[in-house]
Amino acid sequence: MTSHTTLPRRALLGAGAAGAGLLALPGLLRAQPAAVKIGLLQPLTGALAQDGELGRIGAEAAVARINADGGLPALGGARIELVVADARSNPEAGAQEVEKLQGEGVVAVVGGFASPICLAASQAAARYDLPYVVDVGVADSITARGLANTFRFAPGFGTVTGAAISNLVRLNDAAGKPCRTVVLVHEDGLFGSGLARLMATELPKHGFEVLETIAHPTPARDMNNIALRLRSLRPDLLIPSSYYGEFVLLSRTMRQQRIRPKGIYAVLNGAASNLRFVKEFPDAALGVMDCNHWHDPKNAEAVALKKGVEEAGRFWAYNIPLNYSCVKLVADAVNRAGSADRAKVMAALAASEFGGHVMPYGPTRFVSGQNQGARPVNTQVQDGDIKVIFPEEVADARAVFPIQG
Amino acid sequence: MLPPELIAEAVANGLLAGAAYALVALGLTLVYGVLHIVNFAHGALLTVAMFAAWGMHAFLGVEPYAAIVPLAVAFMALGYGLQRWVIGPASHGDDGNTLLVTLGLSILLENAMLALFRSDTRSLGTEAGFDVVEIGPMLLSRPRLIGFAVSLATAALLWAVLAMTDTGKAIRAVAKEKLGAQLSGIDPRHIYAVTFGLGCACLAVAACLLLPTFYVNPRVGNAFVLVAFTIVVLGGMGSIPGALVGGLIVGVVESLGGLLMGESLGQLGIFVIFILVLLLRPTGLFGARA
Repeated sequence: MTSHTTLPRRALLGAGAAGAGLLALPGLLRAQPAAVKIGLLQPLTGALAQDGELGRIGAEAAVARINADGGLPALGGARIELVVADARSNPEAGAQEVEKLQGEGVVAVVGGFASPICLAASQAAARYDLPYVVDVGVADSITARGLANTFRFAPGFGTVTGAAISNLVRLNDAAGKPCRTVVLVHEDGLFGSGLARLMATELPKHGFEVLETIAHPTPARDMNNIALRLRSLRPDLLIPSSYYGEFVLLSRTMRQQRIRPKGIYAVLNGAASNLRFVKEFPDAALGVMDCNHWHDPKNAEAVALKKGVEEAGRFWAYNIPLNYSCVKLVADAVNRAGSADRAKVMAALAASEFGGHVMPYGPTRFVSGQNQGARPVNTQVQDGDIKVIFPEEVADARAVFPIQG
Repeated sequence: MLPPELIAEAVANGLLAGAAYALVALGLTLVYGVLHIVNFAHGALLTVAMFAAWGMHAFLGVEPYAAIVPLAVAFMALGYGLQRWVIGPASHGDDGNTLLVTLGLSILLENAMLALFRSDTRSLGTEAGFDVVEIGPMLLSRPRLIGFAVSLATAALLWAVLAMTDTGKAIRAVAKEKLGAQLSGIDPRHIYAVTFGLGCACLAVAACLLLPTFYVNPRVGNAFVLVAFTIVVLGGMGSIPGALVGGLIVGVVESLGGLLMGESLGQLGIFVIFILVLLLRPTGLFGARA
């Protein structure tokens, strides 16, 4: 028995050693470039987990795409490795996770989602001169602090609200001014209250009358009272700014209570731009408009990405194309910098004219960290889908407004 | 001044919402009354129950109302098992430990839900969720009216179980005098587990009633559990009629407060009542004197 097994074992060892030598040979001749690590910071657990998960889908899709296309050519075809960190839906955890990403040796960090997380995390990254690309966080203070490492690809609060109001006025004028009275319903946090305050001062300048501003907590258990107020006030237009669950409750309750204003015009709404809501409640969602981030529906790569996400059984939302674009933006900067050196990557980001993203922004141009071409679009739920109705050059549908006479 | 029909409708809505709160509080108050522990896993268990009700509909096609009885039985068993073989042994008979164990359990359950179902917010897209019953000028949600009736029936059933059955008597005996109950042949570990099981069964019923008009995500239980704690203190810790009446009061106060002062400030009313009760009647509305 022993002699029988000794021989093959020796042969096997010899063959193994020869094989290993052969395999190592190309590595000796031409070293495989080290992977470039990009950090993704998203709130994957806690109150904002739904958004964090969407962001991750987009970032992972971008990494898969870049690697499938041959990695970073200027770095010898180096592959991208995504290092995912969980901001746990709070700014302190976001800042802690940046330390972890720093330890992992990432070349840049993408993400944050909520403004408070973006503020804390980009500040933490600034200490290490680590480039930070904000995916969604709209607070104007994010880019107003003069941090050289912080870049925002998407539009900020001022740009979004400015566009929201001017587009609303255009929409109303084009339809023969059917709407005059407005009720604002908003979540009582920083985002919703700030937006409502701005709307309440700006809308009267354009001939709208704000009948009432109703705040609600998050999470809200019941929207019946708000529906009751709406039924007695009978506004022409409802402007809600709430997170996903609350807006779903509100629109369901409104439908149940047979409240049908001439328009529902959301701004940066959590649900009106989420296809899960549209698919689960097609009737309640029908005709709802939103001024929000959205991909360019005329961009073939965006359309293919959306199709891929939906074929994987996931629901599409703006977090996906934004994170997809941000990761591609960083990869492009690393490639142009020609190395994973952070200072060079930061300079490359600042000088970036990147057009290979999937948002309707045109090539990037950063001034004080803010992408100048970034803008929101107006979407509307039509035929069980979310269509872009403004601006005209990217629109894939016409606005249906007022919803009924 | 608001028109009276608006106020009447707000009161009706408050009663309907309050019945659901009462059901969630019922389980909490029962566990407190017998085991003398505050169950921090209550919200997480409600989330599990809501996912179970959602799953019954999504995967098996069982309507939430048809799922009430099977889920209540399943959660009775789950609760029994949790208390008998997890919470009880892990606490080593110390109430402080029990708090930590239930807190740990809640973190575990919430994250298990997150891993299993991801963070999406899901709802039942059934047309039945939009049905209304017209009473005069009022449009009342049919699923919530059904929820109101079933909540009252569940409270009555629970009261009957405690008042009339041998198990109920044993539960009350353990709650009042544990040592005495033990001396007369009652196994407190079994009774504790039965009580915890009953509390979980209440949650399963509440989940089936909430789901047609609400949504479910891995954190949804938190929306109800804080208000349930308030109701338990308001009604008197361990009191079933207290939980029911407390729930209805909180529902109406929240609804009227929301209508008159706005949803955010309206929540104040609940806590004003809470503080007043603690000041003037620390045992709660129906609580026995300590």
